[in-house]
Amino acid sequence: MVSYIIRRLIAAVLMLVVVSIVTFSIFFVIPRLAGVTTIDFASRYVGSKGASAETVAAIADKLGFNDPLVVQYGRWIKGIVLGAEYDTGASVEHCPAPCLGYSFITKTPVWPELLDRLPVTVSLAIGASIIWLIAGVATGVVSALRRGSFFDRAAMGVALAGVSLPIFFTGIICLVFFSYRFGITAPGGSYTAITENPGEWAYDLILPWITLAFLYAASYARLTRAGMLETMGEDYIRTARAKGLPESKVIVKHGLRGALTPILTIFGLDLGLLLGGAVLTESTFSLPGLGKYAVQAIQSNDLPKIMGVVLLVTLFVVLANLIVDLLYAVVDPRVRLG
Amino acid sequence: MKKRYATPAFLAAGVALSLGLSACGGGGGGETKNDSGSAAGSQEAQANAGLESVVNPSDKKGGTLKMAITEAWDSIDPGDTYYGLSWNFSRIYGRPLVTYKPAPGQGGRELVPDLAESLGKSSDDGKTWTYKLRQGVKFEDGTPITSKDVKYAVLRQLDKDTFVNGPTYFNDWLDLPKDFKSVYKTPDVNTDSAIETPDDQTIVFHLKKAFSGFDNFAALPATVPVPKDKDTGIKYRQHPVASGPYMFEKVEEGKQYTLVRNPNWDQATDPIRKALPDRYEVSLGVEANDLDNRIVAGDLHVDLAGTGVQAAAVGTIQADPQLKNRTDNPTGSRTWYISILGDNPPLDNVDCRKAIIYGADRVGLQNAYGGQLAGEIATGLMPPSIGGWKKLDLYPTATGDVEKAKAALQACGKPEGFETVMTFRSDRPKEQAAAESLQQALAKVGIKLTLKGFPTSEYFSSYAGKPAYTKANNIGLATNGWSADWNTGFGFMSQIVDSRVVRAAGNYNLSVRSDEIDSLIDQANSEQDKSKSDAIWGQIDQKVMEGAYVLPEVWSKGLLLRGKGLTNVFVSGAWDMYDYLNMGVE
Amino acid sequence: MSFLELKDLRIHFPTDDGLVRSVDGLSFSLERGRTLGIVGESGSGKSVTSLGILGLHKGGRARISGEIWLDGEELVGASQEHVRRLRGKKMAMIFQDPLSAMHPFYTVGDQIIEAYRIHNDVSKKVARKHAVDMLGRVGIPQPDRRVDSYPHEFSGGMRQRAMIAMALSCDPELLIADEPTTALDVTVQAQILDLMRDLQRDFDAALIIITHDLGVVAELSDDILVMYGGKCVEYGTSEDIFERPEHPYTWGLLGSMPRLDREPTERLLPIKGSPPSLINVPSGCAFHPRCVFEERTGGLAKVEVPELLESEGGHLVRCHLPAERRRAIWQKEVKPNLEAS
Repeated sequence: MVSYIIRRLIAAVLMLVVVSIVTFSIFFVIPRLAGVTTIDFASRYVGSKGASAETVAAIADKLGFNDPLVVQYGRWIKGIVLGAEYDTGASVEHCPAPCLGYSFITKTPVWPELLDRLPVTVSLAIGASIIWLIAGVATGVVSALRRGSFFDRAAMGVALAGVSLPIFFTGIICLVFFSYRFGITAPGGSYTAITENPGEWAYDLILPWITLAFLYAASYARLTRAGMLETMGEDYIRTARAKGLPESKVIVKHGLRGALTPILTIFGLDLGLLLGGAVLTESTFSLPGLGKYAVQAIQSNDLPKIMGVVLLVTLFVVLANLIVDLLYAVVDPRVRLG
Repeated sequence: MKKRYATPAFLAAGVALSLGLSACGGGGGGETKNDSGSAAGSQEAQANAGLESVVNPSDKKGGTLKMAITEAWDSIDPGDTYYGLSWNFSRIYGRPLVTYKPAPGQGGRELVPDLAESLGKSSDDGKTWTYKLRQGVKFEDGTPITSKDVKYAVLRQLDKDTFVNGPTYFNDWLDLPKDFKSVYKTPDVNTDSAIETPDDQTIVFHLKKAFSGFDNFAALPATVPVPKDKDTGIKYRQHPVASGPYMFEKVEEGKQYTLVRNPNWDQATDPIRKALPDRYEVSLGVEANDLDNRIVAGDLHVDLAGTGVQAAAVGTIQADPQLKNRTDNPTGSRTWYISILGDNPPLDNVDCRKAIIYGADRVGLQNAYGGQLAGEIATGLMPPSIGGWKKLDLYPTATGDVEKAKAALQACGKPEGFETVMTFRSDRPKEQAAAESLQQALAKVGIKLTLKGFPTSEYFSSYAGKPAYTKANNIGLATNGWSADWNTGFGFMSQIVDSRVVRAAGNYNLSVRSDEIDSLIDQANSEQDKSKSDAIWGQIDQKVMEGAYVLPEVWSKGLLLRGKGLTNVFVSGAWDMYDYLNMGVE
Repeated sequence: MSFLELKDLRIHFPTDDGLVRSVDGLSFSLERGRTLGIVGESGSGKSVTSLGILGLHKGGRARISGEIWLDGEELVGASQEHVRRLRGKKMAMIFQDPLSAMHPFYTVGDQIIEAYRIHNDVSKKVARKHAVDMLGRVGIPQPDRRVDSYPHEFSGGMRQRAMIAMALSCDPELLIADEPTTALDVTVQAQILDLMRDLQRDFDAALIIITHDLGVVAELSDDILVMYGGKCVEYGTSEDIFERPEHPYTWGLLGSMPRLDREPTERLLPIKGSPPSLINVPSGCAFHPRCVFEERTGGLAKVEVPELLESEGGHLVRCHLPAERRRAIWQKEVKPNLEAS
């Protein structure tokens, strides 16, 4: 078990290295191969309309675009491992490891910003996932137990809508009605740290939670329903009933437990991806999380930010996969990790 | 309550439609639409009331003014910013030497002294400009502000390696010593040849050559004083030190800025500011449609960008008279146009260039940019808000004049037409639509266009703005757009019509190559009399059109929405957006 | 009244294709300490009957009529909740394939503990000790360690022992074993059957063994009930069925019985055809399309459903052939054939 985890962690580190090379290539190498010059690179980061050619050339030099690509990549990796130095003009600042670089635009170190954005995304992802797990699984269970009933048909219809409707649509509609028309939820852009005021935190996030959860609950309901239909026909369910177990316990302890395994897999991946930033939800609700951060970084072509987010997302997905695999062994004792 | 919130439902429906999805009849729409507003209508402001008058004037202090913007602008460091909204907004925490008068419409283009006691006094035929600072002005920490702080502020932002965003006017015009690199790299070089501070209240600027419009430079946020011992280079943007009535409480890049009252600001030193709200909250990265919805609902007061509401909200507003009363539709100092490049034949011939202007469907181009609410058909390159503007009438502005175009083609020796290539920014659907409209219209007169789209980030640096590329690829037309740094001929035109600014790459002047225009620019810059100088810029505009160097499309207009409960709202002629200096909340 | 008594039990399932008459008028009785074998092919209704007794069809789609009396209580009309409380405690069941019948995610101990604690208000610790005792009692070595094993870690025979331990954990008075040895190999089968016999004696329970294999019930059962098409076709003591069987179907079953003195592939008197549809039950005697002696009823078997009639001394047979002829056929035609080899 321990050796398994160690092997997986080593694989995760290798994965991060590969992703970092791929990301670096996408943003630094491929454009160069396509004929974009270092001057073109630099001119993206010079705001003034009439910046002189010398200024742009100086910026290209300052941002290190003129160095060989291997050196640029090495410098970036070195910053992550050992930290880096940055010239602020007035002084030289040390950016401690893991230094994911300094934003070309906002001149801020990327890592602290990621840490600053992370709680928003974590709050959004965790809250929404709790809601969708409960709502999705409960709906799926009831649908499965009353297969063919009105509830089942209605729930699966709503689930289909939930899967199909884009969040920027449902999100804006929800905001307009619940926040602006009825005034019962917080307006877009609201966020309070949980450490500051847990009540406000939940109030601010309830609408994004529900909107995001709706999207996911739909697929979880369908998944749970299918899983429950299968497990409730298993012999061990009959055994549980024959023991005289109350039906509720039969359903939850025996039926649901058996149906949860595939849900757990999907859930781990979903949560891992979401922790990397719920891009559409954060954009729609103007929440300053990692997803919004990524969008802002991409819109402004701020390479250090983009690469920082990509690495962090990769890390989350890899970790989520690892945790899922470990949980698998916990949930299903037949799985042995060697 | 229901009535009050009746409109957002419409907005939702509008959004739904704009997303191409079928909204199911929009629940609470129709019934509350017209039954109110008319009774109180006489009391309430009408549409466009903010263009020429102050809407909801008030001196009531207190409250929180909530602003928002879809994306953060370049910087809140006054030495590192090049956005009109930022120049407008920065005045609540920073005091430049002079600024634009907080007054509606034309009145807003007038310069008034701010940190200085009066406007600049020129000597040496306009090469030397002297300002006296007001007494008793302090930084947020209580330190008195001296002319040295202004000098330091101007000098520090000359370091364009560090402050990449701001304009380069001071770099270009100040008479700097050769060995001066930047305040950080060469701190000991004597810079008195450029800026002198004979005493704590006096600052003297020395220019390389005469410039009559220097007060416009003095109005740049670059003259907002910066205390040397608080300057942290690019990190200064994390807390610019306030000289205005508000100081930063919190700066969260990409998220929010909050400002609170600066206890060391003294109303007695400041005749132009009212400083009404207790607090400012500026949300960054707000989703564009949600931002509009929140202003409609009253949750936000101001869209800081000042460029107007989104397409979804335009439809909603047009359908709702009450909402429409809350809007202003100013013509901005931005022109969308198409450069006609004379590098490759036959467009080196003025008549061939004219054929393009005659043949263009001007209404089609206007529609490409969003129709009448979004832009007025431009008859010249210079927009009407620029001093010296006069209405030109050289070309028809209808849907294209085939006969005149054919006559022009005859005159240039290409009666059968010709082929050329047109570039546009592929990530800008409006520019693509404009290019397609022109392609269709010119096909009628025999001019065949091949369209090529390029990403904005490389458009000027690698393609349209790179003469080596345009010459090699037979580029004859290129979509373009420009907005004024400030509303004078110089502020608008200097970067786009002066052939002497053309470089190897990264040009914005793609097509205007005229010695006559170049010499007129020099005349205008050295002319001390402002009205005469303005007149010369008007003349330059006419020359640009006579030479058919550009096909002007539209002068952009934004549909601005006045926030609920906002006081002292008006559109400043300086920026053609709401003036942020003296707004208050009820 | 007997300890367990079924009167005209009918269990029908409405489906889209029609009504499935899984159990159609079944009556029998059973006393404490005695063992009843219910024998029949798959689809004969024997498993449905056992689940019906346990009340596991309640609340589902099944239409149940008739009476089930257990220790003086009628169960068909009783509430679901009431029957649930009896399940596992008063009556328990051992299922066919213990690998699929035990939950793969819980330890064997947990599943026994769960069964015990449903009906006994004891702490987990006490229940665990009980589980270890039960595992020991069914012959699982090192029960205090095996209690924490998962079902997949047990061998087939061990699993069946664990299953029996679970069923017996609450000391039931009625134990139903549904094909308890089918999934096991022959030597283990014998061990399990021995174990069940011993335990039944110890617990003094009424035992119902359901099987398709007469061999299983041969040594264990006091009485045997042969089911066909949802109905009882022959009922009698073990001796009646093995020595004096009177129904052609029972003869077929006896002929299909694997015996140690014969090659298992040999089928001296095979039953031709396949079990009847329970939706479109054949007219007359449900067995007639497969019956070798059908024409000897003079066509009666095709049109009229035979009654279950007493042959002699409690031996019941459902056949149109007169009792004497049946005995004659058995003696002269069938028995010699079976013994010939």
